[in-house]
Amino acid sequence: MPYNERIDGRKFDETREIEAKVGVIARADGSAMFKIGNTWAYAAVYGPRNLHPKFLQDPQKGILRCNYNMMPFSSSGERVRPGGSRRSKEISLVTGKALLPVLNLDEYPNSVVDVFIELPQTEAGSRCAGICAASMALADAGLEMKDLVCAVSFGKVDGSLLVDLDYSEESYKDGPVADIPIAMMPNSGKITLLQMDGEIRKEELMELIEKAKKVMADIYEVQKKALKEKYHEVEI
Amino acid sequence: MHKELRSHIISFLHAGIRLDGRKLTEYRKPIEVEQGVVKTAEGSARVKIGETDVMVGVKLEVGEPYPDTPDEGTIIVGAELLPLSNPEFELGPPGIQAIELARVVDRGIRESKALDFRKLCIEPGKKIWMVIIDICPINDAGNLFDASSLAALAALQDAKYPAFDGEKVDYKEKTDKRLELEKTPIAVTVIKIGDKFIVDPDVEEEKVIDARLTVSSMEDGTLCAMQKGGDFPLTIEDIDKMLDIGIEKAKELRKHL
Repeated sequence: MPYNERIDGRKFDETREIEAKVGVIARADGSAMFKIGNTWAYAAVYGPRNLHPKFLQDPQKGILRCNYNMMPFSSSGERVRPGGSRRSKEISLVTGKALLPVLNLDEYPNSVVDVFIELPQTEAGSRCAGICAASMALADAGLEMKDLVCAVSFGKVDGSLLVDLDYSEESYKDGPVADIPIAMMPNSGKITLLQMDGEIRKEELMELIEKAKKVMADIYEVQKKALKEKYHEVEI
Repeated sequence: MHKELRSHIISFLHAGIRLDGRKLTEYRKPIEVEQGVVKTAEGSARVKIGETDVMVGVKLEVGEPYPDTPDEGTIIVGAELLPLSNPEFELGPPGIQAIELARVVDRGIRESKALDFRKLCIEPGKKIWMVIIDICPINDAGNLFDASSLAALAALQDAKYPAFDGEKVDYKEKTDKRLELEKTPIAVTVIKIGDKFIVDPDVEEEKVIDARLTVSSMEDGTLCAMQKGGDFPLTIEDIDKMLDIGIEKAKELRKHL
């Protein structure tokens, strides 16, 4: 039986419900919350600030450090042991690579911009939610940026090409699944994160990437709206 | 290091006021307690005291009892001082600050007997429930002790057992059975700066404290846990006053549960 109807009733190219807000962590230089379905991410930006130990410093430009972390109670299964795993280290790495292309850190030699991503609750697509939150937090911190970064996962579940897989689709047992997290700079259409597990034909992947432009544009609008909203509260 | 900040704060305290306009034993406002914020946890709560924002999640796991208490379940409290929540926190394993925070919260719950550990026993000597309480600050604007203790209690109040068939826990299925809270121990941290006592310190006040005493007390005012911190000693008269403030303020905080 092919996967013709999504379990939660969404259209094939429809994301789960998205909620976004910036300025949610008062002590951070920039911060944001991004929620997609049951996956919930916070990001805080600190810096540019002094970088210690000194040998890590780059005298030519500032560096970007990202850390992705799931809170111990954020998984629907057993408790996640705190302290980071190989998985969270890898996600931290690719998150940094996904965000770096929109930043210009030339003006901040010997400094670091720290991005901390925390997930209180997850249900598939957490790295993408983290990237969306982080790019908004960087903008909130007032850093010079060429673009925002939008991210969502795409996939193929038993023959159907889908946007934003949820947990039931990611772990679909009755047919093959491909899971493809993508991050994109929405204005240039350039891709800054691309990973995949599963099986897919090249033509299908290209079709999904083509589809991604439209979906990313929608996410971009949500992010922009949240960034603007922070400055709407005061009436003159 | 913070000499001038300290003398500035003290001169204000002598006038009966704090830098942010509060009275000496006044908590920041608003105090918000929101339960059931995290669906993946068996119980959860988020507490905001002013700008301080803490999330606590409870997970329930089945484990083996300790040999000396074969018919009792147990609690485990962990705290991560997330670098997301404070520019001074760093990545890495829990430091002494995080460990102290977790232990103070642990003792408040454990020693008050808020949870009857025997009710957490599934099969004596073999299977018990382990109640794992994790504290995650989102924004540390001061007084993590009180906010975390309150959030931990609210999360316990919210917690429901997952389905357990004798072999495996099915986390996808929550039962209607709640953890029964027998008591509501509330922690209030009383701070001494100079010869003045305050509660609910903000970030600047925390930098210049002489001593602190976290007082956990129950509905009837009985004390169930304490922790003294800070570099300066306390006189017996100090402790007398601080306990009064702690017990009094606990009544106020308990109303938010």
